[in-house]
Amino acid sequence: MTIENDVIIKVEDLKKSFGKIEVLKGINAEIKRKDVCVVVGASGSGKSTFLRCLNLLEYPTEGRILFEGVDITDPSVNINTHRQKIGMVFQQFNLFPNMTVLKNLTIAPRKLLKLSKEEAEEKAFSLLKRVGLEDRASAYPSQLSGGMKQRIAIVRALCMNPDVMLFDEPTSALDPEMVGEVLAVMKELAHSGMTMVVVTHEMGFAREVGTNVIFIDGGRIAEEAPPEQFFNDPKNPRLKEFLSKVL
Amino acid sequence: MTEWFDRFGKDFHNIFIEKDRWKWLVDGLFNTLKITFFAVLIGIVIGVVIATIRSTYDKNKESLKKKKGLPYYILKILNAISNVYLAVIRGTPVVVQLMIMYFIVFTSVGDGTVVAILSFGINSGAYVAEIFRGGIMSVDAGQFEAGRSLGFNYIQTMIYIVLPQMFKMVLPTLFNEFIVLVKETSVAGYVGIMDLTKAGDLIRGRTFSAFMPLIAVALIYLVIVLLLTYLDKRLERRLRKSDH
Repeated sequence: MTIENDVIIKVEDLKKSFGKIEVLKGINAEIKRKDVCVVVGASGSGKSTFLRCLNLLEYPTEGRILFEGVDITDPSVNINTHRQKIGMVFQQFNLFPNMTVLKNLTIAPRKLLKLSKEEAEEKAFSLLKRVGLEDRASAYPSQLSGGMKQRIAIVRALCMNPDVMLFDEPTSALDPEMVGEVLAVMKELAHSGMTMVVVTHEMGFAREVGTNVIFIDGGRIAEEAPPEQFFNDPKNPRLKEFLSKVL
Repeated sequence: MTEWFDRFGKDFHNIFIEKDRWKWLVDGLFNTLKITFFAVLIGIVIGVVIATIRSTYDKNKESLKKKKGLPYYILKILNAISNVYLAVIRGTPVVVQLMIMYFIVFTSVGDGTVVAILSFGINSGAYVAEIFRGGIMSVDAGQFEAGRSLGFNYIQTMIYIVLPQMFKMVLPTLFNEFIVLVKETSVAGYVGIMDLTKAGDLIRGRTFSAFMPLIAVALIYLVIVLLLTYLDKRLERRLRKSDH
């Protein structure tokens, strides 16, 4: 495998404006297979917008995003088939409240991957077992704690067999005592070789699990480094200031 | 007291039993139910389509405007047509619409009931569309994003994720619209259809007695509405299963 083939997402000069406000001012980044890329930054810095551009939940104003070599910002590309390969986990979980856990997990594989009911449920149960929630298959989301909901949301994305998983502040809406259980699942996922892009405020996770850490400031990447260097030897003055506040 | 009962029985017999006039009420009731049922179906179909067009346009006009493609212009035209439809239908009385349909548009259609079904359906569609649009707008944007992020396209996300949640939310308002519609069909007599109200009125004319026929008609409407209310409560309770 060549080095080029190892790059699963390549972002070229990504810009995004909301009305007159330019949130992203030209971002270049590469995410390689099995990378765990952790994105940090102050609120309002554009880190969530960056993540949401990667599966085109936000459509970039300028620039290109290559996913497995295909420019997904090209209007002639069918984004839906690519999104099936890009799992996403949201801050607010966004489970479907009118469906049981099992239905939440099986609806997309059944309708999009055309799996039979049995195949989809078998897959769902094996993944539920992995996060320790196989006894909650028939529950509704409103009957679950925040930590459980987020673990189910991760499983829902995994049921589509994605090549990469995007996490948009997955622990920010959780009560403190539930953060650990979600991070544990993410850690296990990273160790299993999943490519992940994680926007988070959990510096411990970034240091321990991340393969590289990106600091976004004012719509640009201000620093990118392996965690060791990122936390122990930051170069950018804004990053030094940021780390002194959060660590 | 017995005298009163005697008179009541005799009046009842003269008004409803003699010449089988009670059958008029049954026929009228059947027509009212038929018009209402099919008008509700037409109204729901129109409502879903118009509400989807309008909310799609509202949500996506900014991003589509930049791309300027054919979808943008198609959507813009559909949205404009929807707005004209809503303005005209909600801006004119249903009786006038019914008479225009019967005496101007569909002069060659002999069966007034069919014209009434179309008129009331098209009329109800405008109100149902606005109910549905409110429902679609009130489904959390995160639900839509979750659907899209899994790989569902716009239409699939609407059908599998958004519309089922929307239906649950609008159910009480929707049943209110149906209840209004049942009673609105009482103007069908204006174009010579024998609905429940017209039947009661005919009996009043024949028997020169207003009290019994009109009270009977009122009671029948009341029972229909109570049944609809009961159905609504049952459906709501069933759908509430998921929010403990």
